[in-house]
Amino acid sequence: MMSTSLPAATFHILVSLADGERHGYAIIQDVEARTDGELRLSPGTLYRSIQRMLEQGLIVESNRRPARALDDQRRRYYRITPSGISAARAEIRRLMELIRLARERGLSPEPA
Amino acid sequence: MIRFYRALLRLYPAGFRHEYGGELCAIFEERLQHSPPAAAMTAAVADVVPNAIAVHWDILRQDLRYTARTLRRAPGFALAAILIVALGVGANTAAFSLADFVLLRPLPFPDADRLVQLWNARDDVQNEASPALFRDWKTMATSSFRGMGAFQPAAANLVGHGAPLRLPVARVTPELMPLIGVPARMGSLITPANSANGATAVLSHDLWVAQFGGDRGVVGQTVRLDGKAHTIIGVMPRGYHFPNRDIQMWTSMVLTGPDYQDRSDTYIQVVGRLAPGVAYERARAELATVAARIKKQHPEDDPDDGIRLHALRDSVGRRSRLLVLALCGASLCILLLACANLASLLLARGVSRARELSIRTALGAGRERIVRQWITESVTLAGIGGTLGVLLAWGGLPLLARLVPTALPVEEVPSLDWRMLGLAAAMIVVTGLLFGVVPALRSADDRRRRVRNALVVVEITGCVVLLISSGLLMQAILRIQALEPGFRAEGVTALRTALPLPKYETVAARERFYGRVLEDVRALPGVAGAAYTTGLPMARTGGIWGVETPGMNPREHNNGASLRYVTPGYFATLGIPLLRGRDVADGDTAQRPYVTVISESLAKRTWPGQDPLGRKFKIALAERTVVGVVGDVRVRGFEQTSEPQVYLPSGQVQDNSITGYLPQELVIRSTLPPEQWLPAVRRIIAAADPEQPVSDVRAVAEIVANQTASRRVQLRVLAILSAIALLIAGVGVHGLLSFAVLQRTKELGIRRALGAQAGGIMAMVLRDGLRLFAAGAALGVVAALLAGRGMTALLFGVPPTDPRTIAVAVAVCLATALMGCIRPALRAARVDPMVALREN
Repeated sequence: MMSTSLPAATFHILVSLADGERHGYAIIQDVEARTDGELRLSPGTLYRSIQRMLEQGLIVESNRRPARALDDQRRRYYRITPSGISAARAEIRRLMELIRLARERGLSPEPA
Repeated sequence: MIRFYRALLRLYPAGFRHEYGGELCAIFEERLQHSPPAAAMTAAVADVVPNAIAVHWDILRQDLRYTARTLRRAPGFALAAILIVALGVGANTAAFSLADFVLLRPLPFPDADRLVQLWNARDDVQNEASPALFRDWKTMATSSFRGMGAFQPAAANLVGHGAPLRLPVARVTPELMPLIGVPARMGSLITPANSANGATAVLSHDLWVAQFGGDRGVVGQTVRLDGKAHTIIGVMPRGYHFPNRDIQMWTSMVLTGPDYQDRSDTYIQVVGRLAPGVAYERARAELATVAARIKKQHPEDDPDDGIRLHALRDSVGRRSRLLVLALCGASLCILLLACANLASLLLARGVSRARELSIRTALGAGRERIVRQWITESVTLAGIGGTLGVLLAWGGLPLLARLVPTALPVEEVPSLDWRMLGLAAAMIVVTGLLFGVVPALRSADDRRRRVRNALVVVEITGCVVLLISSGLLMQAILRIQALEPGFRAEGVTALRTALPLPKYETVAARERFYGRVLEDVRALPGVAGAAYTTGLPMARTGGIWGVETPGMNPREHNNGASLRYVTPGYFATLGIPLLRGRDVADGDTAQRPYVTVISESLAKRTWPGQDPLGRKFKIALAERTVVGVVGDVRVRGFEQTSEPQVYLPSGQVQDNSITGYLPQELVIRSTLPPEQWLPAVRRIIAAADPEQPVSDVRAVAEIVANQTASRRVQLRVLAILSAIALLIAGVGVHGLLSFAVLQRTKELGIRRALGAQAGGIMAMVLRDGLRLFAAGAALGVVAALLAGRGMTALLFGVPPTDPRTIAVAVAVCLATALMGCIRPALRAARVDPMVALREN
């Protein structure tokens, strides 16, 4: 069975938090770096997604703060939750399934 | 720069802003360091605007889902709230649409506010003008007016197109139709150019369709109206009515030398169009100088006469206006009640909501967020209710058609227009917003209770006002219906055979027709009497002539009498009692001495304390001898003072004079229902003259009933509104007290535990309810007295202070309030002290 797709921003945020906690601006920078500048999340889109993901329980706000010298009081840090991980996994499975289906029909990214 | 960004962030909902505003600002600051300010700014706008909309939309969707869920959980509350809003919005949309339609909306003519009507007026009487006066006004008052035209409502027999037909027509001077300014649908209007040679006619759209089958070749055809050839020169568009919606055809009225002879022969109505930029006051001032000049030139004219001017829009009578305004007042009352009740409902809900509020804030929801959700809920309720209300109004408007005066040149059924829909939408939004916010106001329980108490008082006040006003109007109708019309209408049917001229210009020709018809009709089985008359009482209200006795001053105004020609048997047929002397007789012919039968009040007025029989007086251009006295009839209907009546024998109408008074109404009294003998009567008339149309068949009792028709419609609507008000107030009292009892469960339990009797506790709750009732009733009576003063003109002499009406209204309201009290009182009495105490 195929699950419904996650919005791209949501998926990227989950991926970005997969290896550790990050604050909002760091997520933007991370996504930008990972996609070679292909995807630049705007702050509005980011926090709208974060708000929705918090409500859905995909991420939580983290209480741990970095060393005082590096900290900016305004910053909030987010951590991925188990259900966030399973949502990301489901999305990965969905994408792989899509690719498998396409390949079975002889369709690949480059012309044969 | 950052300040601008902060302002931009205000587009987000407050909760979102508080949560993420700081970080958003921080990111923006970082951006500013790496990119040019203009670019950062553009990017910020492009980012914030769509995202803010998206966030709002998310919340709205959530709230709507939540609303649907909570309302499903409280269907009683939802239903009550929706119904209350529907009633409030519906009643007001209907009433204001009617008021707007009758009183405000411009007439459907170009620059309609420039059209005025002019009257030959004295004190409170306004009369038609004579052609001579019309000519004087038109030629003298040239600076304020772009033009003047005149018309005379009339009726004509149309022969040659299907069955002979009696048509209401307006005879119009050639200036009139161009002055009004609505172009013809086909052909042309009646204009000075085309009415110089030969009579012309213009058809209404309805007549064109019904009688001429919508034939496009109708223009140029000739029709015979009252035997005279008229050329059809045009057809008016659908929905064109002038001067009222009965008129089916317009015929040219070209005034010539002889028409201007008699200055006192007033029969035409004058319409003027003000010149651009001329205010009514300036026009009135000019007319005053015109009146003064006319007086100097014609000292023989009535010295008291002046010229009165009002907007054509304002031809609505005072009574019609009041009827409509009273309905508006009542609907506003309902809206007030509805709002009070809704507020009360939501306040009660607000208390249970207080717990929800604290739980949800504890769970991290922002207060603003919760209030916003409530507003979504109340606006949704108001929206559903309001839409229902507009549908109600739309469906109900045709029922109010009776309240649209026929005298207005507008359609019969008032229509909803976008302005009224806008008004309804505004009512919905305001109700919704208000009642979403009210329960959210952070207030102590005590204050909340005071507000709710006040709301219930308002509900009872509105209820009492409505009940008293309806009661007074009902008394007025009863009073009117109790009046003796002076004749017995039951069992009498009237039909009109208006004899056309010149075919029937001699009295001999007419008497032959009447004689033949009456003889055969009287021979029909079940017919107890039949006669001809000029006009039916209450249907033909005019026709006033001065009674001149030797030595009296004919200028005296109170010498008017209502004139009718009748055939023998008229009094017996209509059940008008013959008090002295004799009826007119077949022998009263033109060759015999002129005689008259007069009504009792004329005898008393003219010859107080003396025997009127054998006395002589002059009326309708000849001297007549009184041969009989009959009872008075309310010829002008119940609500106006009627002049005394003078009846002349139909055999004594002078040839070619006062043709407007020829007997035309055939009245028949029968013990059988009309459908059994009407075909026979039609055959009899057709046998007497195959070209003679029969029109206006009606029961005379219906004419009498029509006198109160608009009042009855209004009263019915008021009664419905009162019932709604009672219901709302009852529900309000019940809701308030139930809630108070619920809140005081613990206190009541302690009282019971301390030995209070169930009866005492019930009495306590009842006392609370009755205190509110007393306050509301007192306010209501005062407000009703004020409202009653405003509608004195409608009350037909019933004093606004009528103690019986007030007592009954207050009693009915009290009963409702008590019914609202009973359940909560019983519940209070049943409070179990143990349970109540354990609960906390």
